[in-house]
Amino acid sequence: MSSSADAAPMHLRATGQHQVAPEVMRPIMEVENVDVYYGDFRAVSEVNLDFGLNEITALIGPSGCGKSTILRSLNRMNDLIEGARVEGEIRFHGENIYGKDVDPIEVRRRIGMVFQKPNPFPKSIYDNIAYGPRVTGMKVQSMDDLVEDSLTRAALWDEVKDKLKQSALGLSGGQQQRLCIARAISVRPDVILMDEPCASLDPIATMRIEDLMQELREHYTIVIVTHNMQQAARVADRTAFFTAQPSEGNGDRTGLLVEYGTTAQIFEDPQDKRTEDYISGRFG
Amino acid sequence: MISLQDSLAGAPTMPLKTGETPRERRPAPMIFLVVLWLSLLIAILSLLTLIVNIVLEGGSRFGLPLFTEYPASSPDRAGARPAILGSIWVIGVTAVLTIPVGVAAAVHLEEFADKKHWFNRVIELNVQNLAAVPSIIYGLLALAFLALIGVRDKNIVIGGALALSLLILPVIIIATREAIRAVPSEIRDGSLALGATRWQTTWRQVLPASVPGIATGSIIALSRALGEAAPLLLLGALVFVSFDPNGLLSGFTTLPIQIFNWTGRPQEGFHELAAAASIILLGLLLLMNGLAIYIRNRYQKRW
Repeated sequence: MSSSADAAPMHLRATGQHQVAPEVMRPIMEVENVDVYYGDFRAVSEVNLDFGLNEITALIGPSGCGKSTILRSLNRMNDLIEGARVEGEIRFHGENIYGKDVDPIEVRRRIGMVFQKPNPFPKSIYDNIAYGPRVTGMKVQSMDDLVEDSLTRAALWDEVKDKLKQSALGLSGGQQQRLCIARAISVRPDVILMDEPCASLDPIATMRIEDLMQELREHYTIVIVTHNMQQAARVADRTAFFTAQPSEGNGDRTGLLVEYGTTAQIFEDPQDKRTEDYISGRFG
Repeated sequence: MISLQDSLAGAPTMPLKTGETPRERRPAPMIFLVVLWLSLLIAILSLLTLIVNIVLEGGSRFGLPLFTEYPASSPDRAGARPAILGSIWVIGVTAVLTIPVGVAAAVHLEEFADKKHWFNRVIELNVQNLAAVPSIIYGLLALAFLALIGVRDKNIVIGGALALSLLILPVIIIATREAIRAVPSEIRDGSLALGATRWQTTWRQVLPASVPGIATGSIIALSRALGEAAPLLLLGALVFVSFDPNGLLSGFTTLPIQIFNWTGRPQEGFHELAAAASIILLGLLLLMNGLAIYIRNRYQKRW
């Protein structure tokens, strides 16, 4: 059984150069000409972005740049916000997830999500994992095995195997977040979206999540929004830099994608002046 | 000019001992404190007076016969058995009628209705206002309804329960909405992100998490209904019932009505009985409110 400690040593990891993103990306999701509106307000405009299979893609940028908005559009969580509207196409395995007859429920099962604040359900650890398979009507041979497998993949099994019936709210923040990752895995998604998953965690817990992400990459495609540039440099294969720009006419600021490339390229050889300023800490 | 540097370097420019009365102990704050204490004292004293008065007056009549005997022409043989059973019947039926309807209405308003739509805003405003409507109006409404469907004898358990249900429905809706609103949106997001439907999310996450709040609110509302007499009097509640209520269509009386009846009698013995019945009523109310507090503390929110 693997645990995070078996992964590559930390000193290799912090360089930001060990991830050699393949030159040719095999996209699992494609974002094409996407605008997201909240009512009349255009939150992001003209985003074109592909996410590679079994890669980790980081979305970075200052507050209000639309990176979380884009992330929530990728599994139709934005549908739940009144007045939210997506224009353009977001394809998953070549199929437009906003197409007619597409069931948003199925989209959300296939494209899982982990949130900024750990949000375990006020139930036992076991029931937290079993919830997704139960509500989605998954055919499961043994729920016990599925729970163990999900927790193992999230590097949490050893810590909780003796207290599966206890409330998930008794776990530490870092454990809760790994539980949420295990919960996301339980419904067998292809893609896991992470919205600043370490924002409320201490450095040790953050490191464990980052190690875990490297392991998960073997089986899943990960898109992570982060405020922490070092985190993007440490974990991501590719990085997309967004910024907010005043739109014509009114004072609203619209988010846009400035630059997208391999993490090494974005951090070492940014092509756009705005990216360079942000990366070097001159702005944002 | 004195800069921060100067004051830090040298002696403090303002001594901490001012030589005056500390500000917290000057007259204005003290007067304010005294007023607060007096207000509290008035509230507690009036409650105590009430309880002591009732116990002194009704204590001698408080005993087993009060629970087992039927009303009678002589205070020595009279008891409140039908009134106690009647109260239990009416409140029980009221609970069965109101809680499902109230919870369902609240779930719709909170989780499914488009809050910006004018229709839902009107409903919302109305629910708030209905909670403040005097209880006797609800008695009128129930009376009209029973007359409309052609019920001749309106003093029946289901009729009383209907009037009280109308009375406390808004209270239960409001309490349930509060409880549902207290469930963090992260829980809903977490459930929906796993591929659960909105209905599954409501049924399996939001409602279980709001059960303590719903239970507390419902019990408080029911205890209000327990003490009501006006809407039932309007339905022609019998003041002299010498049989046990035994079904939805059975005639009935309740504790508040029995108390009302006994208080109006000339004999001193009936006044004592009224006081003794009040002890039962107060005890029941205390029990219900205690249960509500227990549930609230037992299932304290943990997020």
